[in-house]
Amino acid sequence: MKEKKNVFKFAKYVLIYILLILFMMPFYLMVINSFKTTQQFVNNPFSLPKLEKVGFGNYISAFNKMNFLNAITNSTIITLISVLLILLTASMAAYFLVRHKWKINKIIFATLVASMIVPFQAIMIPLVSIYGRLNLMNSKWILIFMYMGFGQGFAIFIFHGFIKNIPLEMEESALIDGCSKIQSFFQIVFPLLKPVLVTVLILDVLWIWNDYLLPSLVLLSPIERTLPLSTYSFFTTYSVDYAPLMAGIVLTIIPVLIVYLFSQKYIIEGVVQGAIK
Amino acid sequence: MNSKSKLLNNIGNFVIFIGPSLIAFSCVLLIPLIYGVYLTFTNYSPIKLTYEFVGFSNFQAVFTDKEFWQQFVKTLGYVFYSTIFCNVIAFLLAYLLTSNIKARGFLRAGFFTPNLIGGIVLGYIWKFIFANVFTKVGDALGYQPLMTSFLTHPDRAIIAMIIVTVWQYAGYLMIIYIAGFVGIPQEVQEASEIDGATGFKKLCSITIPLMVPSFIICFFIVISRGFMTYDLNLALTNGQPYGSTRLAAMHIYQKAFQANEYGIGQAEAIIFFATVAIVAVSQVLLTKKFEVEA
Repeated sequence: MKEKKNVFKFAKYVLIYILLILFMMPFYLMVINSFKTTQQFVNNPFSLPKLEKVGFGNYISAFNKMNFLNAITNSTIITLISVLLILLTASMAAYFLVRHKWKINKIIFATLVASMIVPFQAIMIPLVSIYGRLNLMNSKWILIFMYMGFGQGFAIFIFHGFIKNIPLEMEESALIDGCSKIQSFFQIVFPLLKPVLVTVLILDVLWIWNDYLLPSLVLLSPIERTLPLSTYSFFTTYSVDYAPLMAGIVLTIIPVLIVYLFSQKYIIEGVVQGAIK
Repeated sequence: MNSKSKLLNNIGNFVIFIGPSLIAFSCVLLIPLIYGVYLTFTNYSPIKLTYEFVGFSNFQAVFTDKEFWQQFVKTLGYVFYSTIFCNVIAFLLAYLLTSNIKARGFLRAGFFTPNLIGGIVLGYIWKFIFANVFTKVGDALGYQPLMTSFLTHPDRAIIAMIIVTVWQYAGYLMIIYIAGFVGIPQEVQEASEIDGATGFKKLCSITIPLMVPSFIICFFIVISRGFMTYDLNLALTNGQPYGSTRLAAMHIYQKAFQANEYGIGQAEAIIFFATVAIVAVSQVLLTKKFEVEA
């Protein structure tokens, strides 16, 4: 019996590590081949690179051709400001919707929740048509405004569920002490929201940082490109020389992996919380 | 405080607290959605100066567009197989990771990694894998089907799409299933073991029925994201070969922004929206029937 159990356990380990190796293989292959020439990659994608030959040549080439610094700056500005605006406006709105059970508030909340199932494809054409005719395209500020709008439904839904369970007493005594509604929100309620703020922050950062379709419609000039846009244009312009392309992939993944390494626990927890609610 | 100033105060607070959210939401989602319905009844095109009402002719054009429906069916198939395989693998991973195993945190983090990366980059990574790595493996093994790239074969390119989708979402669903496994009350598990349910039997009659909520969420995630897949489609296959992998989202994009047929494109988008909503909601209702209380 015990022997059988050990065999079973061993098989389990073998299976899970084989799966892990299969899952990680694409990343491994990108990294080793980004240090080779295209010819070496085509001949044998599994061979280890001889460092002295290519070195960081592919990386330097990718870095320049992708305009990497510019793209990562754009991505960072757009992601950070959009997410901060979503967190601020959605938490305030959710708070107000919970604390005032007016009819109009119920209608607003129901509309926001229902909007979460609308696929982006159903909005995309009128969005381009309206903002294009108003000449509002090609600015990262308009893009940030759009993310702020698209982010409301999910964020308000999550905050609403959390604020519902915060007892009223503390706010009431603050109001009696002469606090305004805004003061009591920022001093009492907002600090309590920390766990859900982290959840929404993580999910929205992952969404906005990696989004391609919306920025591709809004940001038309090369100087405004975010990372996914510059990756796309890099690949479509230099599609024959594989080695720098792979270095470009590794470059775009590295910042995300570094953040992941340090906040892995929060990210996974945030994703679970966001999905369960 | 008299009632008039209270009302003013309430309105003031309403504007401050909900105003910014409501304005952004209306400007980018609500108004475009309503305007989009209007668009479907016009022949609007950005390259023409005027446009007029055309009644239902855009919908007629969509219903008689054979290509659109072929791609629509292809999308349904893609979503169906992605949902099945993602969930089976995710469930298996979660099952293995919640059993007595060392380095759980490390394994969990590893399997989750593909989710951090956007569809464009994932698509390009796998383009190399399918075109240059799998073909080499095929040559080395002398295995015929692997020798030519999946991406150049009209029937297999969609399989490539499904493989990458499974690779991307399996780790994501896995952590939701892990939360489900962990959420099963200890007493129930012990009681079932005392009653003689172990291994496979316990899995079928205790674990799975109690995890129905996790199944609902995980199915919903793959279904709704699967329908909307565009980035991965664009980077991995770009609809090729011979348009065999052009999924519905890409078809709509091309109809609107390459053929400049906004009206028809939007009519397709509305039909697409209705389908996603119907499939996603009926999945939830159907799965809910299997729900049990611990």
